[in-house]
Amino acid sequence: MLTANRAKSGNPRVLRSRKKQRAGFIAACTVPTVILFTVFMLYPTVNVFYMSLFRMSSLSLNKEFIGLQNFQILFRDEKFWQAFRNNLFFIVFVTAVTMTVSLFFAALLAQTELIEKPFYRTVFFFPNVLSLVVIGVLFVQIYDPTMGILTSTLKAVHSEGLIHAWLGEKSTVRWCVAAAMIWQAVGYYMVMYMAGMDGIPKDLYEVASMEGMGKFRQFFSITLPLMWEIIRVTIVFFIISTINMSFVFVKVMTPTGGPSGQSEVLLTYMYKQAFTNSNFGYAMAVGVFVFIFSFILALISNKLTAKEVIEY
Amino acid sequence: MKNAKLQKWSGKFLVRVVLLLFTAVVLLPIIWTFYTSFKTSSEFLTNAWALPAGLHWDNYKNALEKGNMLAYFWNSAYITLIALVFVVLLAVPTAYVTSRFPFKFSKGLSMIFMAGLFVSQNYIVIPIFLSLNKFQNFLNQYVLFQHVEIANNLTVLALIYAVCELPFTIYLLTGFFRTIPHDYEDAAQIDGCGYFGTLFRIIVPMAKPAMITVIMFNFMSFWNEYIMATTILKEQKWTLPVGLENLMEQQKFATDWGAMFAGMVLVMIPTMILYSLVQNKLTEGISMGGLKG
Repeated sequence: MLTANRAKSGNPRVLRSRKKQRAGFIAACTVPTVILFTVFMLYPTVNVFYMSLFRMSSLSLNKEFIGLQNFQILFRDEKFWQAFRNNLFFIVFVTAVTMTVSLFFAALLAQTELIEKPFYRTVFFFPNVLSLVVIGVLFVQIYDPTMGILTSTLKAVHSEGLIHAWLGEKSTVRWCVAAAMIWQAVGYYMVMYMAGMDGIPKDLYEVASMEGMGKFRQFFSITLPLMWEIIRVTIVFFIISTINMSFVFVKVMTPTGGPSGQSEVLLTYMYKQAFTNSNFGYAMAVGVFVFIFSFILALISNKLTAKEVIEY
Repeated sequence: MKNAKLQKWSGKFLVRVVLLLFTAVVLLPIIWTFYTSFKTSSEFLTNAWALPAGLHWDNYKNALEKGNMLAYFWNSAYITLIALVFVVLLAVPTAYVTSRFPFKFSKGLSMIFMAGLFVSQNYIVIPIFLSLNKFQNFLNQYVLFQHVEIANNLTVLALIYAVCELPFTIYLLTGFFRTIPHDYEDAAQIDGCGYFGTLFRIIVPMAKPAMITVIMFNFMSFWNEYIMATTILKEQKWTLPVGLENLMEQQKFATDWGAMFAGMVLVMIPTMILYSLVQNKLTEGISMGGLKG
C-alpha cells in the first residue's frame, strides 16, 4: 500500500502527511486499549505474583516482605493439599466423562443422519448458555433431601437404600458437584466435535462399510485419528475451564467447602484465605500456584497427546 | 434386503432412545424449575415431582420485591449493555489495526493480547478489588471527590468486564479481519475515504457476522458473570446471579423455596429468549473455532 502511494503522489510533503495520518490512526486505535488493558489486566496479573511475596494481614494493606515464605507454609498446609487433590479429581473425572459422553453423542448424531438432529444439538447445548450460578442453585435443589427430585425419584422406584444426604455427605459431595459440571459442559464439546466430524469425507466411511468394518471399528480407526487435533485442543481447554468452573460450582453449591473440606478446590481456598481470613498475601500464593500449575498441565497434556497430524 | 432395512430402522430407533434419554436429563430439571416456581409453601413438602395445584404468582412477587430481583435485573441489564459497548469500541479498532497495519509494535501487541487469553478473572479479581478500594480511600481524602464512588460502581465494573474479554474478542476479530481482501481499503482510499471512514463505513459492515458472534458470546459472559460481581459490588448494586445466590442463602433460614425458584426462572428467561433467537449462529460460532470457556 505504501509503495503504491509513493508512486502516485511522489510529492514528499503529501507523503509525510500521509505517514503522519497513518501513525495517528494507529495510535488512536491502540493507545486507549493498551492503557486499559495494562490497568485492568496486566497490572493485576503482575500484582498476583508480587503480592504473593508479602504478608498482608488485613484490608489496611500493611505489607511485610517475606520472600517465598508464603509458599513454604503453603506446601506444608494440609488443607491446601486437600484442595489440590479435589481439584485433580475434578480435572480428571469431569474431563474423562464429558469427553467420552460428548464424543459419543457427536458420533451418534454424525453417523445416523436423523432428521431431528438440529433439535438434539439445540437441547444439549442449552445448559451452556445458562449462568453457572443458576446451574449450581438448580443442582442444590435437585439434591435437596426434602424436596429434591433425586431423592424423590429414588423413593418412587423403591430404591431407598441408595438415598444419601448428597451434598452433605463426605462420600457423595464431590460426585454430585462433578455431575453438575458435566451436565453443563457436554453440549458445548459435542457441538465442537460434531463440527470436526462434519469435516471428515463421507466416502471414507462408505469404503470402510464395504470392507465390512463395523461402526465401532470405524469410530476408532477413522473418526478418532482424524479428529485428534480438535481433541487435543479441547483437552487443554478442559483443564483450564475445569479449574475455573469448579470455583463457581463449589462456591455456590457448598459454600463451606463441603463436609470436612471434601469439595474444597484451589480457587475456593484462595478466595477464602483472602476474604474470610484477610490473608491476601497467602491467597495470592495459592493464585500463583494455580497459574503455574494450569500452565504446566496444559504443556504436559499438549506434549503427551502430540501425534503426527493425519491429513485427508 | 428387507432384513437390512429392518436392521437400519431398529438401529435408528435405538439411537433415538439413547438421545431422548439424554434430552430428558437436560430438559427435566429445567421444566421442573419452571412448574415448581408456582408451588405454594405447603406444596413444596409433598412429592417433589408433583405439579402445583394452581399458578402461585406470589413467588414472583416475593422474588422481585423482597428478594430485590427487579433492581438486580436492571443492574444486570445496565452492566451488560455498557460492557458490550466498551468491548466493541475497544476491540474493533485494535483488532483492525493489529491485523492490517504492520507497525513497529504490532507483533508484540498481538502477543500480549494472546497471552491475556491465559489470565483468568478468578485470580486477578483479588488485586483488582484491593486496588479499587485503595483508590477509593485515596479519593475520599479530598472533599471534591467525597461522593465519587469508584469501588462499588457498575460502570467501572462494566469496563473491567470489557477488558477481561478483550483478548478473546481481539483474537476472534483479528482472524476475521485477516480474511478481508486489501482491495476494499485501496478502493476506499482512492475515493477519498480516510482511515476512520474506511474502518467504520467499509470494514465494520463487512465484519457483521464476526461482530454478531462477538456480541453473542460476550453477552452471555457479561450477563452470567458472578465472581467479579459478588466480590466488587455491594448489596444495592448486585447483579442477577449474585442476587440469586443470595436468595438461596436466605431460603436456608426462611425456607421460602417459592421465591428462590421464581428467581431462578427470572435469571434464565432472558438467556432463553436470546438463545432461541441466535442458537444457530451460536453453535456455528463455536464450530468456526470460537473456543470459549
